[in-house]
Amino acid sequence: MKIRRVLLEMISSLRANKLRTGLTMLGIVIGVAAVISMLSIGQGAQNSISASINSIGTNLLFLSAGSRPTFGGGGGFNFNRNIKSLTLADAQALMDPYQAPAIQAVAPVLQGETSVGANGQTTTTTVYGVTTPYFSIRNETVSEGAIFNDQQVNTHARVAIIGIDVGTTLWGQTSDLVGKTILINSQTFTIIGTLISKGGTSFGSADNQIIIPLTSARDRVIMRTGSNVDSIYVQATSANTTSEASTQISDIMRLRHRVVVGKEDFTVTNQADLLSTASSITGILSVFLGGIAAISLLVGGIGIMNIMLVSVAERTREIGLRKAVGARNRDILTQFLAESSFLSLLGGLLGIVLGWLISVIIGKIATALGTALNPAVSINAILLATLFSIAVGLFFGIYPARRAANLEPVEALRSE
Amino acid sequence: MEETVIQAESLTKIYRMGEVEVQALRGLSLQVKRGEALAIMGPSGSGKSTLMSILGCLDRPSGGSYVLDGENVSGLTDDQLASIRNRKIGFIFQSFNLLQRTSALDNVELPVSYSNRSTNDGRDRAANALKAVGLENRIKHRPAELSGGEQQRVAIARALVNEPAILMADEPTGNLDSKSGQEIMDLLLSFNRDRNTTLLIITHDPRIAAQAQHTIKIRDGVIEEDPR
Repeated sequence: MKIRRVLLEMISSLRANKLRTGLTMLGIVIGVAAVISMLSIGQGAQNSISASINSIGTNLLFLSAGSRPTFGGGGGFNFNRNIKSLTLADAQALMDPYQAPAIQAVAPVLQGETSVGANGQTTTTTVYGVTTPYFSIRNETVSEGAIFNDQQVNTHARVAIIGIDVGTTLWGQTSDLVGKTILINSQTFTIIGTLISKGGTSFGSADNQIIIPLTSARDRVIMRTGSNVDSIYVQATSANTTSEASTQISDIMRLRHRVVVGKEDFTVTNQADLLSTASSITGILSVFLGGIAAISLLVGGIGIMNIMLVSVAERTREIGLRKAVGARNRDILTQFLAESSFLSLLGGLLGIVLGWLISVIIGKIATALGTALNPAVSINAILLATLFSIAVGLFFGIYPARRAANLEPVEALRSE
Repeated sequence: MEETVIQAESLTKIYRMGEVEVQALRGLSLQVKRGEALAIMGPSGSGKSTLMSILGCLDRPSGGSYVLDGENVSGLTDDQLASIRNRKIGFIFQSFNLLQRTSALDNVELPVSYSNRSTNDGRDRAANALKAVGLENRIKHRPAELSGGEQQRVAIARALVNEPAILMADEPTGNLDSKSGQEIMDLLLSFNRDRNTTLLIITHDPRIAAQAQHTIKIRDGVIEEDPR
């Protein structure tokens, strides 16, 4: 029997029962759409988390005071109650090229939530008091104006670089802000630059911040005792040396704070670790979601099998007649397999379109809610879903088709 | 030209229904010459339907030999039997057995589509067959749009389209009123006469049987009466 003939027979029999055909296909459509949208949302989440961690810098390490609470063997929390604050001297010590060759730059940071006002508006934002290496370490650049220099830090200059969200909130504009005056914690600062937007990240908006010199921050905005700082950003010489840098930081800090291994009063966070942790979590999440979606695809396949069995039972007489006029077993097998695989293939294609639509819509909703999520429909996911749906159609179609093909012509003709 | 088309020797057929064995045919022998028109009569349970399905290669005998149009079909596989049915036998059923969702033309073309020869002329052959049964104006109609007599004529066209050696009709007029039934009989007999196609008619209607050349009576799985 020619292929054209098989296709014509298939279309005519599927058209004969449009509602049933549609409903059967719907099972596959929903299954494939679920797989596609879940995988793409998982991929999108992974991308956006990676991107936001990357925007911080992969060769970045973060040193903060205090240890992570650990569950000690003796039971209960093991808090170190003798925490020494980080100081500017600590930051200075990390720049030792002999003891810390893997460290390229160090940036001590003061950080606080402060009210800011200008143009009759007030808002609350995060203010960072930093030294000049901070900008290169954190990949912060300005879209207009300039960053401050070492001299401005040394002279306690009242200059500020603002994120564009601050501009939007206070002036309703994102440009032409250089030279304007802003009140930070009721102190007058002059805006000298606007940060390039990094967009919303999974950790909140990176655009709602103000950066000022560390010295000015200590004087007027974020009061701290002596030369204490809140955290120290450290840049390793490359992404490959972050773990060495981490070890060197710990060695230096243990000496300076006179603590032994296991009793540290500081914490070093490695961005590369964070990245791999985050991506393995989202990876597990997408496999989990994809797996649940695959179950619905399986259910759709069982739906196909069910309907094909009904169809074989209904058309027993037709099968008998076809055999009487010369159809071989494999002609009947081909005919029923063509129907079930066409159902699942077309269902799969519609499912890909629907799944893509769903993921785009979910992406838009997430963006509207303030979380940047760009669902990525990958070629792999499409191939996987298509192959899987054809496999489902063949697998669940083969039993009913064999049943039809092996019918005895006499008995098939006799059935009502 | 007295060529034998059907040469069946000592056919037996045993059905197993659970524990019970039913002997539908008990050593039945039958010869049919090309161009004959035979009616086969018998009460229900006599084995005439079983005989028909074995002669039509729809079923295999439990014992005996069967040579159809020069081919020994006793030991053939399913696929070989399908090919024999396709080339040598045209079936006409009491309930027409047309595919409801396709046109008369598609129904008639069906046997051509299952044959090995080039199918390019399938539609022409189907159209010619429909013309031969007088339905050239009903080509695009579906079975539901045709009368019972017209549906049976479509079935006859379908049986003839591959130019078989034998036409086998199982109660061909059973579902028709006597007028359409007579038309169908005239049609079948005319093909038997004009094309020398062997005709086997299974019936329990004596008026139908009387129109055949000979009537063979079957009872309890053997031939009770063969006037030839």
